[in-house]
Amino acid sequence: MKKSVFLGALTVAGLAAGAASAATLDDVKAKGFLQCGVTTGLTGFAAPDANGEWEGFDVGVCRAVAAAIFGDPTAVKFTPTTGKTRFTALASGEIDMLARNTTWTFTRDVDLKFEFTGINYYDGQGFMVPKELGVTSAKELDGATVCIQTGTTTELNLADYFRANNMSYEPVPIETNSEAQQQYLANACDVYTTDRSGLAATRATFENPADHVILPETISKEPLGPLVRHGDHEWGDVVRWVLNALIIAEEKGVTSANVDELAKGTDNPEINRLLGTEGSYGEILGLDAAWAVNAIKAGGNYGELFEKHIGENTPIGLARGLNAQWTDGGLLYAPPFR
Amino acid sequence: MSALSETPKESFRLRMLLYDTRYRAITIQIVALMGFMLFAAWLINNMLTNLAELGKPLGFGFLTETSGYDINQSLIEYTSQSSHLRAAFIGLMNTLIVAVLGCALATVVGLLIGILRLSKNWIVARLMTIWIEGFRNVPVLLWIVFFMAVLIETLPAPSAFRGDDPDATMNLFGSIAVTNRGVYIPEPLFASGLGDIPVLGGLFYVSADLIVLLLSLFAGLLVSGLIRNRADRIQEATGDRPRTWHWRILSVFAPPLIVLWMLGFHLGYPELKGFNFGGGIHMRNSLIALWLALGLYTSAFVAEIVRAGIESVSKGQTEAAFALGLRPNRTMNLVILPQALRVIIPPLISQYLNLTKNSSLAIAVGYMDITGTLGGITMNQTGRELECVLLLMMCYLAISLTVSMVMNWYNNSVKLKER
Ligand SMILES: N[C@@H](CCC(=O)N[C@@H](CS)C(=O)NCC(=O)O)C(=O)O
Repeated sequence: MKKSVFLGALTVAGLAAGAASAATLDDVKAKGFLQCGVTTGLTGFAAPDANGEWEGFDVGVCRAVAAAIFGDPTAVKFTPTTGKTRFTALASGEIDMLARNTTWTFTRDVDLKFEFTGINYYDGQGFMVPKELGVTSAKELDGATVCIQTGTTTELNLADYFRANNMSYEPVPIETNSEAQQQYLANACDVYTTDRSGLAATRATFENPADHVILPETISKEPLGPLVRHGDHEWGDVVRWVLNALIIAEEKGVTSANVDELAKGTDNPEINRLLGTEGSYGEILGLDAAWAVNAIKAGGNYGELFEKHIGENTPIGLARGLNAQWTDGGLLYAPPFR
Repeated sequence: MSALSETPKESFRLRMLLYDTRYRAITIQIVALMGFMLFAAWLINNMLTNLAELGKPLGFGFLTETSGYDINQSLIEYTSQSSHLRAAFIGLMNTLIVAVLGCALATVVGLLIGILRLSKNWIVARLMTIWIEGFRNVPVLLWIVFFMAVLIETLPAPSAFRGDDPDATMNLFGSIAVTNRGVYIPEPLFASGLGDIPVLGGLFYVSADLIVLLLSLFAGLLVSGLIRNRADRIQEATGDRPRTWHWRILSVFAPPLIVLWMLGFHLGYPELKGFNFGGGIHMRNSLIALWLALGLYTSAFVAEIVRAGIESVSKGQTEAAFALGLRPNRTMNLVILPQALRVIIPPLISQYLNLTKNSSLAIAVGYMDITGTLGGITMNQTGRELECVLLLMMCYLAISLTVSMVMNWYNNSVKLKER
């Protein structure tokens, strides 16, 4: 049983601990490592590699934060969370931040009391079906059996979409992505629905990815981003500005390869401020002057992380699309660094 | 004598609470109790202040809000527009369904295995031992996942039933479809049904056909009872018992059959429609896997309880029954089991309770029990961990207390009446 009851009890115990100490940055520094909540395994976003090292796009954000604080991208411990357990884990203080394809919604922000510190992937919910089904549009899915991860926004969008289109469906609730894969591949459900990026990542691990199509409809907005607990703004600022630093770095052409060179000083004042040669921005954040340099060196700027883990040259093959810099017609627009 | 009772009463002094052995035990207990209550109050207070600090004061208002999610298996009307409370109720019903089915399976299989384990046949007895050791020594969660995996991976998908030369066909003269999404069986339909009756102001509906059917069955049983009483009376008066069995069978079966005929009873067969089978009753994989796993796992424990119960009846009873000329299976039914039941029932109660609590592992196969709805999706979507967990604990407590009440009542009715 009892897993969730147990977790609930932990939450209660944890709430006491969590609320008592609001200075997360100090706690993290004292601990010597960052505790980061990620998925239980979604290739490209967060999954252990052959050596058991976590890697991926979301993991990259965790490592950048760790590098900004400690100068060491490996000073981070990962906690795999399911869609259901992630918020309890964060609220209870078991993890310091959550980077797990999590959609920024009103309820999660305001009612569940979390602080989203930005958006690292603009996504939307889609459907994946086996090609042999011959389905070309989500509107043809009336009566289908749909695999879906519980405790997600996906679940709610799905209910809304089918109701709005007057269609019926049979939901098969599932806890983790790998269980969903198993059921979907065994044809125990006709359709798998989740964020489009998740569908692409899941499909990339199939034996024959070409046998499955992602339907053209996008039925929701899913801005995914890292989040922390409400109430500790200093800590929220650290996570927010590490992510912003990665985005600004791409915009200004700072990469993991040239960051050391540029950190010696450039004639671009914004780069100088970011890399700590002008002003004392790191100190204001409660970090050292090289925080952004270290964050960028950890896994590269936003664009590098994207290309390495989920970009067009990986099996997942996601195009930048909405996630291009605003200068390239995308939505990535970090506030100015000054 | 009177002088003794008149010893002057020692006046009570405060330090006697500590030094006088008559009071010391009570003092210690009261102090411990106070300490415990203070500790509990501190815990609760700490929790409430911290919740308030987090901006999440305790409250149950969220239960009336729309849930927003769908549940596949629900006995009563439910949509994503229903409230969280209703979702919790659906979950509770699903918990009860699998608990009742599981207990029934565990009892039947357990009884059988327990008796067979005592068989004189070496192979049969050994096989039963393997069954028992196999089921009870592997965690039930693994059994649940295992049964689910077997159902999903080995059975054909509904699409395999499609086409002119399908890979799979329906069983039992085309009335049952066994697929990897569950088993579809024929459903009872009424051509001229009576509709549904709203209960509790339309909170849910009960089929009027079912009520009429049950009433007619009840009436039949009543009539049958009257016939039996009459036969008893005649036998007592004359010594001859009239032959009544055909009348009694008729009186039990005729009313329901007539009612069924009048309601236009027929079976609705499942048939392939679109992605899935339509019509018929859909027993989902998740239910079947959970039911089998919980039932068979618990059956191993029940079997051991049954064996212990039977072995507790002294051998003399069997020998006496044989001496009276009873055949072995009648000896078992008439002599051994009734006595063994008294030993069997108390531990059986706790197995039933275990099974019910184990059913909260349902989410492992996506079965929407109360832990999956109230303690799962609702908790996750609303962030009301404490409230949900409290409600959940209350639900399981209520179920468990009810089960043990009923079983204790039954136990009292079979236990030895000592005077
Ligand atoms: N964005 C949605 C869905 C997030 C989600 O559960 N995504 C899936 C697939 S994209 C996932 O990360 N699964 C990994 C796992 O099972 O641990 C939400 O925040 O509710």
